[in-house]
Amino acid sequence: MLWLAVLTIVVMIAAAVLTVLLRSYLAAIAAVSVVSLALAVLFVILRAPDVALAEAAVAAGLSGVLLALTARRVGLWRTGGDADKK
Amino acid sequence: MNGYGRTTASLLFLAGLVVMLYALFTALPFGAAPMQIGQEIVARAPGETGAANIVTAILLGYRGFDTLGEVTILFVAATAAGLVLSGAGAGELPRQAGGFILRAAADLLFPFLVLLGAYIIVHGHLTPGGGFQGGAILAAAFFIPLLANPASPLNHSTATLIEGFAGAAFIIIGLLSLLGGDAFLTPLFGKGTLGDLFSAGSLPLLYLAIGLKVGSELAGLMARIVEVGGKS
Repeated sequence: MLWLAVLTIVVMIAAAVLTVLLRSYLAAIAAVSVVSLALAVLFVILRAPDVALAEAAVAAGLSGVLLALTARRVGLWRTGGDADKK
Repeated sequence: MNGYGRTTASLLFLAGLVVMLYALFTALPFGAAPMQIGQEIVARAPGETGAANIVTAILLGYRGFDTLGEVTILFVAATAAGLVLSGAGAGELPRQAGGFILRAAADLLFPFLVLLGAYIIVHGHLTPGGGFQGGAILAAAFFIPLLANPASPLNHSTATLIEGFAGAAFIIIGLLSLLGGDAFLTPLFGKGTLGDLFSAGSLPLLYLAIGLKVGSELAGLMARIVEVGGKS
């Protein structure tokens, strides 16, 4: 179980560093979600499934969507039409 | 000047983090409980509330009033955000449907997400999870079709109605225990058999109210952001 915890922490730190380094805003938002998802796995390893569920549903799911929507709102990420037509 | 400020702030933050972690790791042996109340609750909660999930027993049985405060905070935050977002430009967005993958996945995921959210809410007193987690999943279930096809927007009046009734139900259940002469939000209707679906008295009802409230609140909030976001 220890190696799994260590692996999860390594993934978390790597994703956190990637969040700062990535040039694309959408990719950075995805990396933030990966941090939360790995944290959820860590909570399961620490036998806190309630917290893990909340972390996965709210932090990895909804707040990722919220960040993506905000990025679209302020014009950092464009969706729809243009990309589809190419 | 600005660069120095940021470096100083980062260094200060790092120093504070080191001090905090050092204090935590030296003062507390890892995994040891500093207070006895945890063991006491773990020993007593299943017998006293009838909920197999001790987190639910604490959240709704022992600390129901705190949970009411938590729900209220969420309500106030969602109301404020809705107030800010609902004013300008809803209804004049360029209605772009999502790509094929998003539309197909939305149709496919919707029933499973609703089922999962309902399961987590209804089994909140038996298995991990409960109203807050299940509500977030329900909100995601209703939000994904909106992303895929913005032309069929969320019905805000229905969401508000569900939210209002669920919030009122929580408080009414709390007031019902006042009628019986107990404190506000004391669990009602007996305990039932530990581990049954219909057990733990009024705790599952409270979690159902929380789940519906959180779900409709978050879905409405996300929908408003999409509606405003589409305009730019």
